[in-house]
Amino acid sequence: MRLHARLVAFVSGLGVLLSTVGATGGSTQESHIGSLTGHAAAGKKLYRRYCIGCHGPDGDGAGENAQWIDPKPRDFTLAVFKCRSTPTGTLPTDEDLFNAMTRGFVTTNMPQWLPLTGQNRADLVAYIKTFSPKWKTLKPGAPITVPPEPALTIESVLRGRQLYQKMECWKCHGPRGHADGPSAATLTDNKDLPIRPYDFSTGSRFMCGATNRDLYKIFMTGLDGTPMPSFADDIKPADGWDLVHFLRTMQPLKTPELAIWSAWLASHANELKPIGPPGSGQ
Amino acid sequence: MRWLKKSGRGAQVSWWVSAIVTAVCLTAAMVLSGGRSKAYTAYSLAVHKTASIPAFARKYGLPCSACHTAWPELNAFGQRFRDNGYQLMNDRDSPIWQNPSYIPVTFRMTPNLHRESATKQPVDAVPGDSTSGLVSRTLTQSGFDLSGMDLWTAGTLYKNISFVLLPSSDNTGAFHFEAAFVRFDNLFNNRWVNFKVGKFELDNLVSEKRFLFLSGNGGAYQSYHFLPAGDVNDFGLGDNQIGAELSGHSDNSYTRYGIAVLSSTDGEVNLPTNQSYDAYLTLSHAVDAGALGVERLGAYAYLGRRPTYFQTSVGVPIPGTGTGNKAFYRIGLSGDFFFGDFELLPFVMHASDNAYLATATAANVALPPGVRDAQWNSGFVEAHYYVNPQFVLTGRWETVRMSQQADPATPNDFGNIDAYSGGVRWYPIMFSRAGLSWHTEVSAVRTRGSAFSPTDNVWTTSLFSGLDFDF
Repeated sequence: MRLHARLVAFVSGLGVLLSTVGATGGSTQESHIGSLTGHAAAGKKLYRRYCIGCHGPDGDGAGENAQWIDPKPRDFTLAVFKCRSTPTGTLPTDEDLFNAMTRGFVTTNMPQWLPLTGQNRADLVAYIKTFSPKWKTLKPGAPITVPPEPALTIESVLRGRQLYQKMECWKCHGPRGHADGPSAATLTDNKDLPIRPYDFSTGSRFMCGATNRDLYKIFMTGLDGTPMPSFADDIKPADGWDLVHFLRTMQPLKTPELAIWSAWLASHANELKPIGPPGSGQ
Repeated sequence: MRWLKKSGRGAQVSWWVSAIVTAVCLTAAMVLSGGRSKAYTAYSLAVHKTASIPAFARKYGLPCSACHTAWPELNAFGQRFRDNGYQLMNDRDSPIWQNPSYIPVTFRMTPNLHRESATKQPVDAVPGDSTSGLVSRTLTQSGFDLSGMDLWTAGTLYKNISFVLLPSSDNTGAFHFEAAFVRFDNLFNNRWVNFKVGKFELDNLVSEKRFLFLSGNGGAYQSYHFLPAGDVNDFGLGDNQIGAELSGHSDNSYTRYGIAVLSSTDGEVNLPTNQSYDAYLTLSHAVDAGALGVERLGAYAYLGRRPTYFQTSVGVPIPGTGTGNKAFYRIGLSGDFFFGDFELLPFVMHASDNAYLATATAANVALPPGVRDAQWNSGFVEAHYYVNPQFVLTGRWETVRMSQQADPATPNDFGNIDAYSGGVRWYPIMFSRAGLSWHTEVSAVRTRGSAFSPTDNVWTTSLFSGLDFDF
């Protein structure tokens, strides 16, 4: 009888232990990216290997390296993500997280995890979703519709330039896109940490991708957690493409936008009003 | 483990527990295997053969495990980092982004306790009396020792211009340059065009510089260094060579190639042989196998030449005047296959040395009758099981088989080798600042033929336990 009682106690204890583990729910989280299904249990091991140093064991961005990193690692417990295809204030899709992980963030310490298998990255996405209860109570937003890109014309670039002035992009990004606008030094993120606007003159890639389509999505969805707002309610889709065409002229690349802009500028420079406060701008 | 603990007191306790456990276990191992001391050894840990660079971890804020399956072996992410010229390809690669206090230097050394034993060694019957005749003895030695030291500095001189400088010492402190090169990355903005000049590791899919074995018998691949008895070729596939390499890779480094032109000196400086050049070609491709991991298969071919005699002055060879070059080659396949946490590294090679090299015959004299090229085949299978990023079990079986002796009178199996290694590496400390591994390994090598009989099997064995630290 005593043996039986011990056995019952052991099984009961094991049941309690398993139910406790199950109650955390973490290991059952999944992600779905195309034909891939990611599993949090598998992602946990990978997270420990690749991510924990910066994002921390609890996903709160407080890994051992966080103190040395600027900008700080993402705090997954807040479930606020910059690069999304979904409207501002909503959760990103699994594919958004997958793409961000694959692409990395060119202006931060977050590298491209492209060499990991797709399944590994899907598993990591699933595990990242265990850090915030929002993933249980909310659904990702519906991806915004990105209309086809219209033909590139000098008129489109000029309209984009007007929007850059009108929407006051220059206040943060600067008249020439050098991240030196009057507000640049005062910006903070959602954790009250200093944050810099993107400097168009320094790189070939943007925070959330390298294509015109990626750029369009950035200002139509905003970069949640940063001062960069969504302009989806303020400008029309066609205006968004105009802005894309203008912003491309600010990059140190031989883009078609820059070619058409430079050709026009050679004979029309004196027709332009400066961007931003008087005396500055291109 | 430190990794799973939150910051604060819990982390400190875990760190100390790990340190104490390490010390206790190491002491136990020392007690169990100590107490025997003899005079002879074939111990070859004088120079570290492996490389991992926590200076990079400090620069980029990544843990060792991001780039290494278990340091120093690279994983797919680390391979891409290396292929990109030690760059993550973000905006922070140029040294202008480095904190001025950042020190891009890495030290690696392994204080250790080891035991070496060799059977059927020729020993004077009466110690000190060279006329007493040779008898066969098993020689053993053991004790505390040091490894050689690596003093790495590597990184970027500018965006897309990278470098490595590796002064390396043996365990007496005698230094040489194990590696030193400058690499121009992504030339023409193309990742398929990278060019480096200097002394560097050959682009071997299975690296002997970044592997998980340290003991006297297990700390080198037999296949990479084997030469038939009497062969004067000095080439080792595992030796760093001096030359230039053109290489390239796909965006994820799943597809890679390398073409190198190398001085025929086996990495020795001052051009000790002559004006000859070797060539090394490598190609590998990997596939995404989902949950299993990244599976890679590669092919390689080394085509080389070595002089068979030198110009002389008063009968003394003049360095750098080697002539009568004769050819040799090494060709084969290798792989790196993952099955989740289990990794398998197969390697096969066919090798051939010209008859002149194999018999140490100068090319300006006639070969002995019947002599021909020496040929052999070799291969190994190495397995790793990653219990977690801080604990790995290792094993390896290796074989070398002569397929054609240069001298037909030599027994077919003379010089054949079978080698076995097994070990465990535990990383109680693995941060983005430094690393410590407790490495324990057992290795045994059986070689056909002794000083007494070509049919003898000579066994050399190693027991090794050391603290492999990398800062």
